Amino acid sequence: MASLDYTRPLTASGNLRRRRVVDRLMRGAATAAALAAVVILGLMVFAIAQRGGSQLSVAFLTQNPPEQLYAAGGGIANAIIGSALMVALATIIALPIGVLIAIYLTEFATARAAGPIRLALDLLYGMPTIVIAIFILGLLVVGHGQTGFYASLALAIIMLPLIARTTGESLALVPKELRDASHALGISRWRTTVGITIPSALGGIVTGTILAVARVAGETAPMLLLASVFDNTKTSFNIFGQALPNIPYEIFNLAESGGTVNVAKAWGAAFVLVVFVLIANFVARALHHRSTRMMTGR
Amino acid sequence: MLLGLAAGASILAVAIIGLIIYEIVNSASPAISKYGLGFFGHQTWNNYTVFGAATLIFGTVVTSAGALLIAAPLGIAIGLYLSLFSARRTAAIIGPLVEMLAAVPSVIIGLWGIIVLGPFLRSTIEPWLHDALGFIPLFGTPSATGSGVFTAIIVLGIMALPIIAAITRDLFLTVPSELKDGALALGATRWEMVRGVVLSSMRPGIASACILGVSRALGEAIAALQVIGSVFQISSNLFAPGNTLGATIAIQANADNSKLQVASLFYLALVLLAIELLVNLAAQAIVRHYRVPSASGPTIVAAGAPN
Amino acid sequence: MSNKTQTRSPYSVMDEPHSEIDAATAPVVAPLAIEVADSKDETPPSREVVFDLRDVSVYYGQALAVAGVSLEIHRNQITAMIGPSGCGKTTILRSLNRMNDSVSSFRLTGSCTYHGNDLYASGVDAVEVRRRIGMVFQRPNPFPKSIYDNIGWAPRILGMRDNLDERVEKALRGAALWDEVKDRLKTSALGLSGGQQQRLCIARSIAIEPDVLLLDEPCSALDPISTASIEDLMQDLKNDYTLVIVTHNMQQAARVAERTAFFSLDVSGGQRKGILVEYDDTATIFTRPADKRTEDYVTGRFG
Ligand SMILES: Nc1ncnc2c1ncn2[C@@H]1O[C@H](COP(=O)(O)OP(=O)(O)O)[C@@H](O)[C@H]1O
Ligand SMILES: [Mg+2]
Repeated sequence: MASLDYTRPLTASGNLRRRRVVDRLMRGAATAAALAAVVILGLMVFAIAQRGGSQLSVAFLTQNPPEQLYAAGGGIANAIIGSALMVALATIIALPIGVLIAIYLTEFATARAAGPIRLALDLLYGMPTIVIAIFILGLLVVGHGQTGFYASLALAIIMLPLIARTTGESLALVPKELRDASHALGISRWRTTVGITIPSALGGIVTGTILAVARVAGETAPMLLLASVFDNTKTSFNIFGQALPNIPYEIFNLAESGGTVNVAKAWGAAFVLVVFVLIANFVARALHHRSTRMMTGR
Repeated sequence: MLLGLAAGASILAVAIIGLIIYEIVNSASPAISKYGLGFFGHQTWNNYTVFGAATLIFGTVVTSAGALLIAAPLGIAIGLYLSLFSARRTAAIIGPLVEMLAAVPSVIIGLWGIIVLGPFLRSTIEPWLHDALGFIPLFGTPSATGSGVFTAIIVLGIMALPIIAAITRDLFLTVPSELKDGALALGATRWEMVRGVVLSSMRPGIASACILGVSRALGEAIAALQVIGSVFQISSNLFAPGNTLGATIAIQANADNSKLQVASLFYLALVLLAIELLVNLAAQAIVRHYRVPSASGPTIVAAGAPN
Repeated sequence: MSNKTQTRSPYSVMDEPHSEIDAATAPVVAPLAIEVADSKDETPPSREVVFDLRDVSVYYGQALAVAGVSLEIHRNQITAMIGPSGCGKTTILRSLNRMNDSVSSFRLTGSCTYHGNDLYASGVDAVEVRRRIGMVFQRPNPFPKSIYDNIGWAPRILGMRDNLDERVEKALRGAALWDEVKDRLKTSALGLSGGQQQRLCIARSIAIEPDVLLLDEPCSALDPISTASIEDLMQDLKNDYTLVIVTHNMQQAARVAERTAFFSLDVSGGQRKGILVEYDDTATIFTRPADKRTEDYVTGRFG
């Protein structure tokens, strides 16, 4: 053991100098990668804020597009309304189904029954939205024409695994004692679920729904296939009868059609959409922290 | 009654998967019976008459592989930074910012890609790469417009990045502190600890994170469509325009098309569906086989990137 | 009541009912159920000092965890730290090889030197410190690698690649594990029993030829037989290394250590903090403690 002098100063010496350099380089690289991601986000947000922010006005939010495609002025009011309607309808469809699936998985299903259902949710979750869109196109639109409802159906399928997953996670957090206490009082299983378990998991359900809404609000592939043929100068509420104007398609179309005026409007619409998505994510994150803290007591 | 409803909803989820597969195979069948497997080898996509997927499969594979090449090392590095290198307080700020990148809708990333990123790449990066590495065919003549395979690779890489970063971060956070302490107590630097104890024991989880990241790139239709240039060709030049499966479906499926073209588009969708199913099942198999903790990703990020 | 404990059960002292003894009438020297290790010789006064702590206090954020610890730790001896849980034994131990650096709220005042070098001076590289001062933890923490790679990993990164096979064998022999694992060096270390894993961790530490081994309750997760084998091992190791062991088991301290530091919780002034009550030869601590609190503790009237 005499090979080393343990009394010499404790500074880095010998090969530790080189190892320290490697250590610093690798940590520096990791830090640079994180900064790169933040810079990319910053550049994106800056571009949207700078180019889109200048488009923003009351008129932009309250008027429909002008008659002529390349004319200046007008706004995206009809697209905002159409997006809101389609996303709302999708939520109305997906929320109860997603919650019911989560209830079945956490409260009732045997391991054997849960397997294929979880697999189906995972596969739906990983399914490209363009595939879901062309599925609805083939099933309903070909031969009949687009409607807002069909687009809502596609959005609902996209929302389903998201809502089922977050709901499942928060149901799993509900303490077993709470359920047992209710059973012990002679309260039936489904009354317990409806009266005790679901209310306790409400925070998680709301979080998941907000996230799902934020996500599908920006979905473009289904809109391209299922809600892209409409009179863009008008506002329509006829969700079951015709395709509705919507923000994602508006952004896509304005950017593709080119021309300074249209691209500027595309940035304006992008600004509106990004603000909505970021606020929704922020709210969901805050709710998520609050509800998990309440559930786990941390 | 609740049980019935809940079971019914669950059966519906399984049924949707089945229905999607059935509908796509069924609608694709005219193209399947006309072209068979030759579809994959045929390069011509001639609207109304001849349809072959070779250029699209090539474009999809090249853009996704390129995106993975960029996003995997960067994403893993960010995961390491957020879980092991940074102060907790810094991570609490940068982590959500990275996750926010996943929440930006793809049509907006595509808009940024075509208006801001593409022109920048065309005027700066592409000429520079061409001058320095032009002897490699990959770095040929810079693109004319800023649209092309290279731009698509960067855009898809940006989309895969936050997914890989967030999943690997959560993965690395599961490494027990005893293990890390054990390595440090032997006189290892932090990086040596990471290499020797964290990365080596987390390989399956990292692989599954990368698979989930690349699956986003494979399935992305809109952002790819916006920046790739939509040309049906196989070019060795990364800066040349190209096309992908998703982009072609997105732009052609709502047009007034011949029956054969519609069927061919469904055939493309079938290919995409098969690729995605394989990729997702592979990620799941890895997770199951190695019992990797939570490789499906955190919910907040999971709900992130739309395409 | 049996005063002589024949077994090596680490728990027997705690199990014995001490309440029968009236504190007032009890002799100054309490009836000890503890055999003080007989193998050690009287400490020569000129022992080389390895660690010298002067008035060391540790804070976690605003909270004072340990206050005013002064002690010297001598070369090729086993020094034990005992005391009730939460009194800062682990904190002090981890301060000796800068393992607390990863706790961002950690702050140390006072002077803490190692062979005369201030451990907390600027310019000191914690990695260099740990390379000389190894640590074995409460729960065995083998890496999820083969037995061979568990031992070989650190020598490799430290640039001690020559004759690695011999080095691995020597370390395993040094930790009294060689015979048990020599035929399965390439199998996972996670397949070993708890006691074997802990000896593997000791082998892993000595493979890089450190100067000091810090052991934080190394036997608390082990059965009595494994505990005995580790205690035997420590007696062998002290010929080559300086050992510092934290233990919640007083008999263990009595059996293995030449010197024992007794820590306690001080609650005066409304603030809970750990203090070093008494530090002396183990025999003194267990038979003629100078402080009433030490006596209460070692006789089982406290903690
Ligand atoms: N990482 C830490 N952060 C904050 N407080 C800590 C930390 N580690 C230990 N403490 C506090 O320091 C005190 C001493 O703890 P410790 O050294 O673990 O005691 P022991 O090992 O004697 O049981 C305890 O009050 C404990 O809560
Ligand atoms: Mg302790």
